[in-house]
Amino acid sequence: MKTVKLIAGLALATITVSTFAAEEVNVYSYRQPRLIEPMLDIFTEDTGIRVNVLYAKKGMLQRLKSEGANTPADLVFTVDIGRLADVKNADLTQAVSSDVLNANIPDSQRDDGGHWYGLTQRARIIVASKDRVNLDDILSYEDLASDKMKGRVCTRSGKHAYMIGLTAMMIAYHGEPKAEIWAAGLKANLARKPQGNDRAQVKAIKEGECDVAVINHYYMFNMLNDPKQVPWAESVNVIFPNQADRGTHMNISGMAMTKYAKNSENALKLMEYLASEKAQKMYSEVNGEYPVQAGVEWSDQLRMWGEFKRDEIDLTEIAANRGTAIKMMDRVAYDN
Amino acid sequence: MPETGAKQNTAPIRTVRMRVDLWQVGSFLFAALAALPVLAIIWLALFPEENIWPHLISTSLPGYLKSTLILMLGVGVSVFLTGVSTAWLVTHYEFPLRREFEWLLLLPLAIPAYVIAYMYTDLLEFAGPVQQLLRSIFGWELARDYWFPNIRSMGGGILMMGLVLYPYVYMLARAAFLEQSPNQFEASRLLGHSQFKSFLKVSLPIARPAIVVGVALALMETLNDFGTIDFFAIQTLTAGLYDVWLGMGNLGGAAQIATTMLTFVVLLLSLEYFGRRRQRFYQSGQRFKAKTRMRLPGHHAWWLTLFCAVPVVAGFVIPVGLLVSLAIDYFDESWTPQFRLYAFNSLLLSSSAALIAILIALLISYTRRLNRHSRTMLVVSRVASLGYAVPGAVLAIGVIVPFAAWDNWVDSLARQWFGFSTGLLLSGTVFAVVFAYVVRFLAVSIGSIESSLSKVSDSMDMAARTLGYPAHKVLTRFHLPLIKGGILTAGMVVFVDSMKELPATLILRPFNFETLATYVYQFASDEMIGESALGALFIVLAGLVPVIFLSRTISRSNVVQTRRETL
Amino acid sequence: MSNLLEVRNITCQFEKTRVVEDVSFDLSEGTLACLLGPSGCGKTTILRAIAGFHPLISGEICLDGERISSPDYILKPELRQLGMVFQDHALFPHLSVFDNVAAGLQDFRGKAKKALVHSMLERVRLNGKESRFPHELSGGQQQRIALARALAPRPRLLLMDEPFSNLDVELRETLGVEVRDLLRDSGTTCLLVTHDQQDAFTFSDKVGVMNDGHIEQWDNAYTLYHEPVSRFVADFIGQGAFLKGRVREGDIVETELAMLHGKVPPGCKPGCPVKVLVRPDDVVHNDASAFSARIVSRNFRGSSYLYTLELDSGTQLLSMVHSHHDHALGEQLGIELELDHLVVFPDESARDEQISQTPHQA
Repeated sequence: MKTVKLIAGLALATITVSTFAAEEVNVYSYRQPRLIEPMLDIFTEDTGIRVNVLYAKKGMLQRLKSEGANTPADLVFTVDIGRLADVKNADLTQAVSSDVLNANIPDSQRDDGGHWYGLTQRARIIVASKDRVNLDDILSYEDLASDKMKGRVCTRSGKHAYMIGLTAMMIAYHGEPKAEIWAAGLKANLARKPQGNDRAQVKAIKEGECDVAVINHYYMFNMLNDPKQVPWAESVNVIFPNQADRGTHMNISGMAMTKYAKNSENALKLMEYLASEKAQKMYSEVNGEYPVQAGVEWSDQLRMWGEFKRDEIDLTEIAANRGTAIKMMDRVAYDN
Repeated sequence: MPETGAKQNTAPIRTVRMRVDLWQVGSFLFAALAALPVLAIIWLALFPEENIWPHLISTSLPGYLKSTLILMLGVGVSVFLTGVSTAWLVTHYEFPLRREFEWLLLLPLAIPAYVIAYMYTDLLEFAGPVQQLLRSIFGWELARDYWFPNIRSMGGGILMMGLVLYPYVYMLARAAFLEQSPNQFEASRLLGHSQFKSFLKVSLPIARPAIVVGVALALMETLNDFGTIDFFAIQTLTAGLYDVWLGMGNLGGAAQIATTMLTFVVLLLSLEYFGRRRQRFYQSGQRFKAKTRMRLPGHHAWWLTLFCAVPVVAGFVIPVGLLVSLAIDYFDESWTPQFRLYAFNSLLLSSSAALIAILIALLISYTRRLNRHSRTMLVVSRVASLGYAVPGAVLAIGVIVPFAAWDNWVDSLARQWFGFSTGLLLSGTVFAVVFAYVVRFLAVSIGSIESSLSKVSDSMDMAARTLGYPAHKVLTRFHLPLIKGGILTAGMVVFVDSMKELPATLILRPFNFETLATYVYQFASDEMIGESALGALFIVLAGLVPVIFLSRTISRSNVVQTRRETL
Repeated sequence: MSNLLEVRNITCQFEKTRVVEDVSFDLSEGTLACLLGPSGCGKTTILRAIAGFHPLISGEICLDGERISSPDYILKPELRQLGMVFQDHALFPHLSVFDNVAAGLQDFRGKAKKALVHSMLERVRLNGKESRFPHELSGGQQQRIALARALAPRPRLLLMDEPFSNLDVELRETLGVEVRDLLRDSGTTCLLVTHDQQDAFTFSDKVGVMNDGHIEQWDNAYTLYHEPVSRFVADFIGQGAFLKGRVREGDIVETELAMLHGKVPPGCKPGCPVKVLVRPDDVVHNDASAFSARIVSRNFRGSSYLYTLELDSGTQLLSMVHSHHDHALGEQLGIELELDHLVVFPDESARDEQISQTPHQA
């Protein structure tokens, strides 16, 4: 089969070319390229180091595992603490210690051993219909399961990392039995079968299908940037839950250096760059996420919402409860 | 094999005994390669890291199974009713635009199920034009003010898949009805059965094997779908597989669900195989003189036109219309140099996959022909077709695991002996993507090429061989020109299916590499359907090419028929 | 003269069933031979084995003294220098008539090739059709092209598989004769396979009658008709009826119509029940005869009538009578037997009852 040989040859040529190209760093990303490209472009401009990105949500970890010592990936970008923990637990990361990183990223937002570092924070907020919800009725995540919310709540699938993170947080604070009662209560309050992503929940409120939803905060900004979606965003009030007690649940997007990184110097440069004030500010402006670095200027939109109390729980504790959370969601048949 | 001049008169050397047959060796090799991912998955299922099965059985597995069965049942009934009724009408009745509908009814096949799901959601959701119109007429404001069916539901999923999958049944049922002798039907009429009863008692049972094949194909596609059920939140086995794999990080458990799905597919495949076997006994294989079609009096015939128009309009005109208008609205954002590069990538990968799939299918089908009564070759061709049974994402895992193992093995050997690292040779290359496409769609090309080869009479081979042509020349000089239609069909179907393929592409592709499908998915998964429309439209257009080709063969078969009548 | 083709004790099977068992025959140079038998008797398998498309379980096939097939060796079909003609013609539909005929002339180029093709087409009387395509020709023309194509490379042996079966009755006879003469002229050795005895008799010097994987009899047409060696051959070849009889001393067979003299089957002791083959032309109309039979049906054949006659005992016979003798149904006809060859088979069906009845009758 000549063709097979030809294609194999072509493929080989492609790798060889990319292997011997100039300075570069290879990234496996769970985040969509268009969300991180602006930062990466400026990095390349400043340093001359090319950034190659492979974006995939599904199968990334498996690919990294199978490739083992030969993986081309130097860095992994993920959203959600769970996925960072997964990569670390699979023994695919290496400890990185850098004064710049340690100075810029607070203790609570990085792995003790330096296996992963948080880059941005995202608040899991509650949105409620401006017309139909009394703001006093919904002040906390616990309220989502209250009788007042019967048939009024929308969320995405209970198996999604963001919902699992939220449930793991409830387990961490309330213990498994009580958390399961909460999860069952929330399930019972759902207006419809869990579906769509976070934006779709806001849309459902606009359309009157439900009154209250849990979403990541930056989706509000995304919707305000799309003319078609502006009315959705404008139909809801933003609520930062649990301000009276432990604070709003925060998750992170983060990065980790792979165990077998070949361009580790360049990778470290990119990590430090992303933790720098310049990049952190861009994260806040481009994606509307909260910078992990204290003192970095927030975007106008974030400033408009103002300061709020964040849940300071150690993220590793949330990560530890994820397995329990997933099985719990199955037990309460959240998605059915 | 020695090429003694074919017409040489000296006796060939007698010591030549049974030699290694290169055809068979090649077939075994490629079939084994094609089966590799499936074997890898079964292996993963047998040795999971954590046994998740008890948890699944006590919680979500019954639900997954139930929704899968309901979905398959719903889609099965829907494609059966739509496909058989329209096929019956175009073959037995005369009505306005009948000839056009013969091929128009195939068009929905060009639309990926996930695209039609996006379009109908856009049309029928709360903010869509239909509900807006209703609200403005009746003065309703909120969704709870009135009842409107939710398109994102099991019913919606069945409807969407039914609309794009019924052409499988239509195509095969129509061919079966055409091949039926009109005498059988007329005999039944003469025995005093009504038109409808004769259909039920005579024509339908005779066409049953073909219909079974069509329904089985539609159900395989249903089982493989991820885009639609994900968008509509239908908890099928495929959804469960992703949950277990990504949510719980349990690859072994996911592989176990995948093997469960494999048993479904094996059932469907045996149904299909059984259908095809029976077909041989039932079908004469020839087309009869066109029967005189029934004419309904006056304007009543238009009702039949309307009936046939429903699936075409709902399954093609409306979604493509919406797609076009969205693509125009968002054209400036979408038509970028990157877009053209992605389109090029899609074309390149899909055509390589099509080419390789054709070559391998030719090798295997022809080897099977050379060893006509060999059970081994039957097994080989079935084994090579296994990949069709595996959903894309699972297949990707099945590719990653053995490829990386191979790469790492070669690398360690190179380090040990030559002191340098070869790195990853196959993993994360376009080769891996093309390999996955070929494995996934080899069944299609083998099926098409085997069936067109089977129409070439054996005596043609014998004539050519006795005229002094060795086996490989018989293939290139005499078979290829005769089966080029089947080859073309095979190539086009593989091409289009590869264009649509999403999950395996996402997982296996190299750095900085996008195709149209990944591009469409990226936006659609963020509820930005407008931005994805142009890409989706391109995929639909590419899908139209083979459908139009199929339609042309269908209408040409009529030409042949009329020509035979005039002779 | 040495034999061109020798088939020695060959056995073939499909999957597990034996379709050809221990078959042997020879063809000398220039013979036109035929394998005749009902469908499924294994005749086509033999043809395919000779062409190299079917393996042997045992035995061997030699061509020109060279072994071309044995259980552990098959010379490739393309190296055997055979020609083959098929029932479905198997012309290459994508090639013109010229290219079809030229398909086997791979060693010839240019003018030589052209001349060969033209002379072949002339011999099958189809010159001028070079640029036509197979589907533009009638069935008979297609078969002649197929013949021209097979003969063009001068094959050592021509194999024909039911070549006339797809043609209508009139055409198959004329084409049969035409092909026979053509093959004779060119001295071609040919083995034909058919289920139609008319084809077989028009065409061949030698016919092998096959049944259930065996060759029952290998002879010329006359012998097959008049001296069949088995019930099967007698039944299969020509028309006829059987008359019950009993062997008497001195090679005499006693029947209800006559005492017949001739060879009786070996092992048939006097008194043993037999059946005597009576062909339609063995029953002669004679008003003076002591025997008569009633006409139960008649079949007009143009130059003759074929009457079915019933004797008083209920036995039915066939009789071929000149068509001037027009008799009505139910009429009694005087007949007598004129047997040139006495063909007698043991009466298997009657044996058991006869054994029990014999004592009473004796």
